[in-house]
Amino acid sequence: MSSAIEKIISDHIGRKVHAGEFVETPIDLIYFHDGTGILVFKHLEEMLVKKVGDVESIVFFDHSVPPHSIEASTLQKYVLESSRKFGISKIYFMGEGIGHQVIHEEGHVKPGQIIIGADSHTPTLGALGVLALGVGALDAAYGLAAGKLWLKVPETLLITVEGRIPKGVYAKDIILHIIGSLRAYGALGKVVEFSGSVTERLNVDSRFTLCNMSVEMGAASCFQKIDEKTINYLKNFGVCDLRKHFSDKDSYVEEYFFDISSLEPQVSCPHSVDNVKSISEVEGTPVDQIFIGSCTNGRLEDLVEVAKILKNGKVKPYVKLIIVPASKRILMKAMSLGLIEIFLKAGAMVGVPGCGPCLGMHTGVLGDDEVAISTSSRNFIGRMGSRKAKIYLASPATAAASALTGEITDPRRFLK
Amino acid sequence: MIVKGRVWKFGDNISTDIIIPGKYLRTLNYSLWVKHLMEGLDPAFSSKIRKGDIIVAGKNFGCGSSREQAVLAIKLAGISAVVAESFGWIFFRNAINNGLLVVECPNIVKYVETGDIMEINVIEGYVKTPRKILSIKPYPKFIMDIISLGGLTEYYRRKKHG
Repeated sequence: MSSAIEKIISDHIGRKVHAGEFVETPIDLIYFHDGTGILVFKHLEEMLVKKVGDVESIVFFDHSVPPHSIEASTLQKYVLESSRKFGISKIYFMGEGIGHQVIHEEGHVKPGQIIIGADSHTPTLGALGVLALGVGALDAAYGLAAGKLWLKVPETLLITVEGRIPKGVYAKDIILHIIGSLRAYGALGKVVEFSGSVTERLNVDSRFTLCNMSVEMGAASCFQKIDEKTINYLKNFGVCDLRKHFSDKDSYVEEYFFDISSLEPQVSCPHSVDNVKSISEVEGTPVDQIFIGSCTNGRLEDLVEVAKILKNGKVKPYVKLIIVPASKRILMKAMSLGLIEIFLKAGAMVGVPGCGPCLGMHTGVLGDDEVAISTSSRNFIGRMGSRKAKIYLASPATAAASALTGEITDPRRFLK
Repeated sequence: MIVKGRVWKFGDNISTDIIIPGKYLRTLNYSLWVKHLMEGLDPAFSSKIRKGDIIVAGKNFGCGSSREQAVLAIKLAGISAVVAESFGWIFFRNAINNGLLVVECPNIVKYVETGDIMEINVIEGYVKTPRKILSIKPYPKFIMDIISLGGLTEYYRRKKHG
């Protein structure tokens, strides 16, 4: 009995592998960004590598874009020049969007691949039936040089989600509820596989949200099997090369079941992602800033939901609403659908595609004692700026509703 | 491999954002990382520690962002080892790859306090606190090979150039 992940790794190594064993596996694709790229190239220099090997490699300029400081600009220039010097196969420069999004929009992701990314949210791509692992800069550098990754083959944990999806409840609410139940270390080192009728009904955009946030319960990665929706999604971006993998029934190390039929919108409260409460428990909490975007929730489906709420209202005066589409393609689609006009008329600031305020570095940085509600994935102390700030995490709909009132608000109040 | 040092104890889910906040990442001035080590919880931490100290923590130490600067900051600050009940998946890899000693030891937080002197013996497989001796799992050969060479950079060089 093998999990899909064991089968993918077995395919790459050329023999049958089992969870728990140490292997050095070939990889198909390596990516990193303007942040982690700095150390990736420092490592390559120390490893005395002149040119990277044959594995497809991509660098994305998505983290501090446009750059906010002399040091950031200088280091981005170093990453750009080094990318050319070492022969990185593809460069997506500033303004294209977040790597985890652009990488599949541009057709680089093919089901059945093993992908490593020097960014912790790389497992987002697991929604497309790949093994996608977030690694550090040195793993990425080693992969670029040697084409391989050392790995303890991970076990797979199955989460089945069933029931009716209530109004005002989205993938983000579902995953926050699961994390609140399993805790921030509930899937530590394992691959989370999602199944059940709810996951089947969710569109690929929403499946990315589930996979993206599996990282926040410690998962090494996330996996969802390929179905018609995935196939159509990938075809849309020119990918027809599909290797489908399925887990055998008895290959899971743990199994969990969730029925979400009576779930309310969920909010993760400061300062831990697993401090999850129902909206009714936190409604009315005043906020200074709302961030809608990130690799968790900056996709078109998210922006459509946000527009439904913002179209009939105005952002509460002196509250900051920042909306950052995850990619340029999403921004352009949102423009053609008239969403950006709705956002601007409502009083939002719309940012350059990229990571935005999520990482607390270059834009929308929180000040002392400020409170934010964000659609991103992390509310650690100091994550988005001051260590005295507080971050609540919620769905795009909850964030948009909160922008209209200036306090944490149940989105169902604005959904007809 | 025996390490002995003074303990600094932390709780569960210490994220890499706490270990080194994002705003200090756009630099190659390594001393800045050391200066702001653990700033999320204790801005004065780097002034309190001395070479050889040991960090002890609960579950999921180093969770969150993949930033390798978290490992480098701890290592460059002179911390000799991190002993935790469990580690963030990427942090653990980063530590092994960069030659920082990381030891997984279930229940450790129950048996040690900040200020205690603690001993780690990786070869014989135990951790000794003033209250208890706890056994630890030996590293698999694969990881031991990387550790014994001081990290993945040297591992690569040896493999490539013999």
